Amino acid sequence: MSAALDIRGLTKEYTAGKPVLRGLDLSIGAEGITAIIGPSGTGKSTLLRCINRLVEPTRGEIRLKGGVGGDVDMAKLSGRALRLARRRIGMVFQEYNLVERLSVMENVLCGRLGYVPLWRAWLRKYPEQDIERAFQLLDAVGLPEHATRRADALSGGQRQRVGIARALMQRPDLLLADEPTSSLDPRTSVEVLEMLTRLAAAEGVPVIINIHNVALAKRYARRIVGMSGGAIVFDGKPEDLQDSHLSQIYGGEDWL
Amino acid sequence: MSDATLRTTARRAFAPDWGMRIFGLLVLVYLVYAASQLDLGFGRLVTGLGEGARFLARMFPPNFERWELLVEGLLESIQIAVLATVIGLVLSLPVGLMAARNIAPWWLSGPVRAFIAVCRSLHYVIVAILFVKAVGFGALAGVFALVVASVGFVSKLFAEAVEEISMKQVEAVRSTGAGTLAVLLYAVLPQVASRFVGFSLYQLDSNLRNSTLVGIVGAGGIGGTLFAAFKRFDYDFVSAILIAIIGLILLAELISGRIRGAMR
Repeated sequence: MSAALDIRGLTKEYTAGKPVLRGLDLSIGAEGITAIIGPSGTGKSTLLRCINRLVEPTRGEIRLKGGVGGDVDMAKLSGRALRLARRRIGMVFQEYNLVERLSVMENVLCGRLGYVPLWRAWLRKYPEQDIERAFQLLDAVGLPEHATRRADALSGGQRQRVGIARALMQRPDLLLADEPTSSLDPRTSVEVLEMLTRLAAAEGVPVIINIHNVALAKRYARRIVGMSGGAIVFDGKPEDLQDSHLSQIYGGEDWL
Repeated sequence: MSDATLRTTARRAFAPDWGMRIFGLLVLVYLVYAASQLDLGFGRLVTGLGEGARFLARMFPPNFERWELLVEGLLESIQIAVLATVIGLVLSLPVGLMAARNIAPWWLSGPVRAFIAVCRSLHYVIVAILFVKAVGFGALAGVFALVVASVGFVSKLFAEAVEEISMKQVEAVRSTGAGTLAVLLYAVLPQVASRFVGFSLYQLDSNLRNSTLVGIVGAGGIGGTLFAAFKRFDYDFVSAILIAIIGLILLAELISGRIRGAMR
């Protein structure tokens, strides 16, 4: 299987000498869902944010591969090259992070901001095929009638669906999902994950997902990466994840 | 601390603040001194009130005979206010964004904040005097002076509004690969647009009021007419002008109040 992302020796120190990520090595395949589990504060979010450079890595390589953009080292980019590379990485956030004052359609079209010229974005004169794809994605995420509603009028589950549509609107080579279901109720969580899995498979996009719910991780991921203390302590198939591993990842065993 | 020391030491619930007491005494002494220096005795107050009564008597009834002069002055004031507000707002938008520390780099926001502080430091009448000296008598000086005041006020409030936005929304739009201007357009401005409109209406009100005053220093508008009437002791015309100004301001408050109400 070819790799979509190759991380080598990734280290992040928010304060010098106190690394949150300790020389991480991780290779992500060109399709399927990889779930990252681990206790809060262990660097899962930092890892995802280093990949699209919302957080500056301290050391290491983050090679994004394939696609029309060719191979790039995300860690080395800046300015225009960084923006072009970011277009290739979609991101879904825990708190959806939609622009609340904009309509659902405008939020979905945010996924094209890296592609269309500024005047088109300003005047809402998006190319016909972009509008068409936005409508298709809204249909696909189950919000066909909501294009003109303001984002702050939606429920949490609906907002996350818009968030997923926005990320897919970029036609990304890689999708990052940072705790996408942690703000949702159990039923909506399953529905959203179900949909994310289905759409990512249909688009052929690999997904890296940070998730606290181990049961959901095992249910939807084809690979589970367990992190603890800024390092990877488990990497394997869901069915190979045993209680002993969970105890190693989260510490203690009384809760198991 | 042992029981013995507790008993021997006097315990006070409130410590006396000798510094504050001495300061209060000094302020009192200065007030008496200043009043005596300025001859603000009881006698002066009685004379002043008598003069005031005569002045008020001469202001009544208001004299609207020279209404053409009045209307001309008012229209010029309105023009100064509207022009200054629009130009001021167009400038405040980029200045405010560049001053917001959460979206502009420090080397940009620092100098821009200093520039805003300079705009705010001088009272607009002083700025108007400076512009009258620089560009000559008339409305141009008034417009310039009120533009400076508008930029100082609106861009400062606007920058503060921008600093309070949710950065999560900004982060999400940035992560799609959007450029700086696209991020401003899609993630920053939608969050502050309604507040900017609010500041704009307030500043229009404020400029209407201020534009009646810049005329006194020769910068155009109804203020010039008012000052001339004072100098000629035409107090009945003065009261007519004051009534007209009050009417204009009330009308402006009413209209902007309606607009604000409709936006909600």
